[in-house]
Amino acid sequence: MIVAQGLTKSFHDKKRGQIMAVQDVSFTCHPGRIYGLLGANGAGKTTTLRMLATLLKPTHGTATVAGLSVTERPAEVRAQVGFLAASTALYARLTARETLAYFGRLNGLPAAEVAARTQRLADDLEMHEFLDRRVDKFSTGMKQKTSIARTLIHDPAVIIFDEPTLGLDVMAARTILRFVRDCKARGKTVIYSTHIMSEVEKLCDTIGIIHGGRLLAEGSLADLRARYAETDMEEIFIKAIGEKEAA
Amino acid sequence: MNFNQIVTVYLKELRDALRDRRTLVSMFIVPTLVIPIIILGFGVVTAKIIRKARAETPGVMLLGAKDSPEIRAALAAHPRIRIVPARDDFRTLISNKSLRAAVELPDDFDAALLESRPSTVRLYTYDGEIKSGFATGELDRFFRDYREKAIQARLSERGLPAALVRPYEITRQNVAPPEKVGGNLVGGFIPYVIILLCFTGAMYPAMDLTAGEKERGTLETLLCSPVGRTEIVLGKFLVVLTSALSTVVLAGISAMATFPLGALLFAPEAGPARAVGSAAVAAARSPMPQIDPLGFLASLAMVAPIAVLFAAGLLALSLFAKSYKEAQSYVSPLIVVIILPALSAMLPGVELNLQLSLIPILNVSLVCKELVSGIFHWGHLSLIFASSCVYAAIALALAVRMFNRETVLFRT
Ligand SMILES: Nc1ncnc2c1ncn2[C@@H]1O[C@H](COP(=O)(O)OP(=O)(O)O)[C@@H](O)[C@H]1O
Ligand SMILES: [Mg+2]
Repeated sequence: MIVAQGLTKSFHDKKRGQIMAVQDVSFTCHPGRIYGLLGANGAGKTTTLRMLATLLKPTHGTATVAGLSVTERPAEVRAQVGFLAASTALYARLTARETLAYFGRLNGLPAAEVAARTQRLADDLEMHEFLDRRVDKFSTGMKQKTSIARTLIHDPAVIIFDEPTLGLDVMAARTILRFVRDCKARGKTVIYSTHIMSEVEKLCDTIGIIHGGRLLAEGSLADLRARYAETDMEEIFIKAIGEKEAA
Repeated sequence: MNFNQIVTVYLKELRDALRDRRTLVSMFIVPTLVIPIIILGFGVVTAKIIRKARAETPGVMLLGAKDSPEIRAALAAHPRIRIVPARDDFRTLISNKSLRAAVELPDDFDAALLESRPSTVRLYTYDGEIKSGFATGELDRFFRDYREKAIQARLSERGLPAALVRPYEITRQNVAPPEKVGGNLVGGFIPYVIILLCFTGAMYPAMDLTAGEKERGTLETLLCSPVGRTEIVLGKFLVVLTSALSTVVLAGISAMATFPLGALLFAPEAGPARAVGSAAVAAARSPMPQIDPLGFLASLAMVAPIAVLFAAGLLALSLFAKSYKEAQSYVSPLIVVIILPALSAMLPGVELNLQLSLIPILNVSLVCKELVSGIFHWGHLSLIFASSCVYAAIALALAVRMFNRETVLFRT
């Protein structure tokens, strides 16, 4: 469960001055459901998700993740969160097994538990063949699987995806999407950000449209179709942000 | 603070670093090789110069002495010089090093000697040039001996004892330990090389573990885990410190191994020391530094807080950069800042005082110069060690602070 309440984040930039990256964003994500955050580049998706993962501190507002406040108990929040983004890379000089062991240990798991989970994840993701090879020798697909395993090693209740398919080919992207659905099936709370309309259409139970740091519309695909009298997600998106711009 | 997490981060980063060729080179290979190369190279070159200078029978021009066959014959018979025909341009010849030295005698030198008339022997030399120095030294000794013999002859002619003109002998004995002599020259130099190595040893991993990780996107992955930022930075700091200290220890070991090896290879040649009068040549006589071993170990210990200062300072600085390249552009100019104080410690006459004891790096360079000479000023030592520790602690606190600032971690 994720509950965001009035999340706001401003940055100071030498050239651009004060940047309101996220303004007063509130939403709720439920276990066993996928919340899609749809927005163009610079909309504020990454900033929002980083606040949920406690990488950034909100300027105003707060959020709870698995019942824990992101501002008051950040380390415990991170222990409940798996964070996978296009920008979260793997250590090139470690093997897949060493990577999982490292993140397992950082999460406080005993060595035996780490080994057992590594075994299970390698079974699920078909990683045995390259488990003891160094990441810098991996194909994109192998890296993807290792990243997924890294996200899951501590069995988090909440999984945050920030444009995880960015820069991936079709096959690698499909692996990711299948994995996102798996998480949902296992009752995890999933939040998924993207700028790709078709992904939210296929994947998400609830869609939040974010633009200029503000959450402009929210609802299931059916809700949004009804509200904007459009079936195509792209048209819905344009109408949602156009409505705001006109106002 | 969670020590388990610090250890976990440390072990992972260390393993990661040890798999990186650039780190391996800066951590192990460079510190092991630099000092032997410098010392042995210096030894080889100076030994070669000296041997060549000795092997050569220097050409010496004899001017005047036209009516003095006796001194001419004595000079010609001298095995360690070669008399060349007189020419008017001898000054030019000495200046352009085609002639080593010249000696000018009055034409009636033999007669003057017989008749006890005073006369002057004038030597022409190129001051500070080794080969000219050797030739002039030979001439000088030759004419002193010749004068001595003349005196002896006159005394025995008159039936007088030799002690008449030599009421007493003067002998001279060096009581300064050999470390002191070698230490002043090389002593300032070796710790300076070690400080520099310590810096380069910390430099690469510091940049790689911060700016490099940011650039590769692994830092964000790490920050997502429950491990605290203070634990992360301390783990990383310990790895950088390990690298810095390993360069110090390896450089120290290889230096300790090089000194006796060099002394063996370049043992000063037998025979009386030649009076040449140039400090460089005097040192070159035994090209190997004589270093007080205990003082040397103590100087390594003095460098330890500097390693902490470098590790933490470099970590804080390169964390600020977004990419490895940017970090390099911050760090590279610092090398000059490190070299300057270390270098100024090598200047003759720069001696430790209270103010200098508080200047980081310079103070350690200066005290190391004393230490390798076997001088232990406990007051200076404790003041310098303490002030170095304070600077190191400030740098570490700064690194921890930087790591807890999201504007530094997520700079765009
Ligand atoms: N660390 C930062 N410093 C300054 N500005 C930032 C920083 N991070 C993001 N921004 C700005 O905040 C806005 C939202 O960025 P972001 O959350 O990355 O959007 P998205 O992920 O939707 O593309 C953008 O204008 C971006 O330039
Ligand atoms: Mg983004």
